[in-house]
Amino acid sequence: MADTMQFDLVSPERKLASFAASEVLIPGSEGDMTAMPDHMPVITTLRPGIVRAKGPDGDQEFVVSGGFAEVTATSLSVLAEQAMPRGDVTAEFMDALAAEFTVDQTTPEMLDTTAKSAADLAALRVELGV
Amino acid sequence: MPNLKDLKNRIASVKSTRKITKAMQMVAAAKLRRAQDAAEAARPYTERFNAVMGGLTASAAASGQGPTLLTGTGSNQTQLLVVMTSERGLCGGFNSTIVRLVRARAQKLLAEGKTVKILTVGKKGREQLRRDYGSLMIEHVDMSEVKRLGYANARDIAQIILTRFDAGEFDVATIFYNTFQSVISQIPTAVQVIPAAFELEDGVEVSDFYEYEPSEEGILRELLPRGVATQIFAGLLENGASEQGARMSAMDNATRNAGEMIEKLTIQYNRSRQAVITNELIEIISGAEAL
Repeated sequence: MADTMQFDLVSPERKLASFAASEVLIPGSEGDMTAMPDHMPVITTLRPGIVRAKGPDGDQEFVVSGGFAEVTATSLSVLAEQAMPRGDVTAEFMDALAAEFTVDQTTPEMLDTTAKSAADLAALRVELGV
Repeated sequence: MPNLKDLKNRIASVKSTRKITKAMQMVAAAKLRRAQDAAEAARPYTERFNAVMGGLTASAAASGQGPTLLTGTGSNQTQLLVVMTSERGLCGGFNSTIVRLVRARAQKLLAEGKTVKILTVGKKGREQLRRDYGSLMIEHVDMSEVKRLGYANARDIAQIILTRFDAGEFDVATIFYNTFQSVISQIPTAVQVIPAAFELEDGVEVSDFYEYEPSEEGILRELLPRGVATQIFAGLLENGASEQGARMSAMDNATRNAGEMIEKLTIQYNRSRQAVITNELIEIISGAEAL
């Protein structure tokens, strides 16, 4: 069994990370999951949260929002609409994210999903302290 | 024959024009590199995204049902043409080639009895299309304030299109932009974004292979709107690189033409200067002989 897998984190504007990771925590929309080598192939959508990857140079953390993650036995690709290394996250960045997740009350379904995202985001802000 | 003073002024004016076009060419070259880097950086995202969507949409299409963004409204009566052009001119045929393609498409659709609506992004396309199709234009997105093209711009445009689609204003949406090939060649391209048409890579059978969380339909519903934004973003980036490439070669030509013009004018200037000198000499000599 291989002890690492290829981890890629890309946003539409740039590639943020690409290295061999031994485990990666993904904030899936149905709950967090940790992907390790030889994981079952999964595609999951993301909620606003933190991706935590255990790489050769220690743990790296990225704040992501929107998009999806694709897990296979040998690789993990996270395609996030917004992504930023945790250390670079500013209050402005979070404000910009928050602006997108305004609670939409047009249908019960939309209200449900947007309220969930807004709550996730608020929790994330508390955790990051910005 | 223009006099010496006029010629001198002409030469000075062409020389300063040459300086301007030369500077514009160099600025375009620098911007082109940046635009190409941006397009390069966006490629991994677009490729992975399209690969996953290809698999998802193929299995949804096989089952014959899915969100209307994928399957369409069951009609193609009303067509939305999203025309992406530049905000500035002086870039050769860049805008005209896109507009020509749009015109051809619009004429064909109108001849078939379809309803055409036009949404313009960038001022130049709107100016060129306004005379013939002014009544068909439904909205214009102004990009002149945008300093650095970001994904947020693409998402805003996608949002406008999706809102109108949800309101049932059109059945099919196509985006028009120039694909960057090289500095001297940009290819006008039309891509249909609604209903979504993702190409499935050969030999990749995604749908049976993966577990989906939430459901396959849930993911599709979430990702299809993002797919529209992704395709628009890719189009905008291609357009950005194409615009700078077209401007670079247009300005290169202009600089060369100005150089030729200066040479011609200088020869003319020297000839007439000599003629004046000769005339003066003749006058002095004949004056001396008369004494």
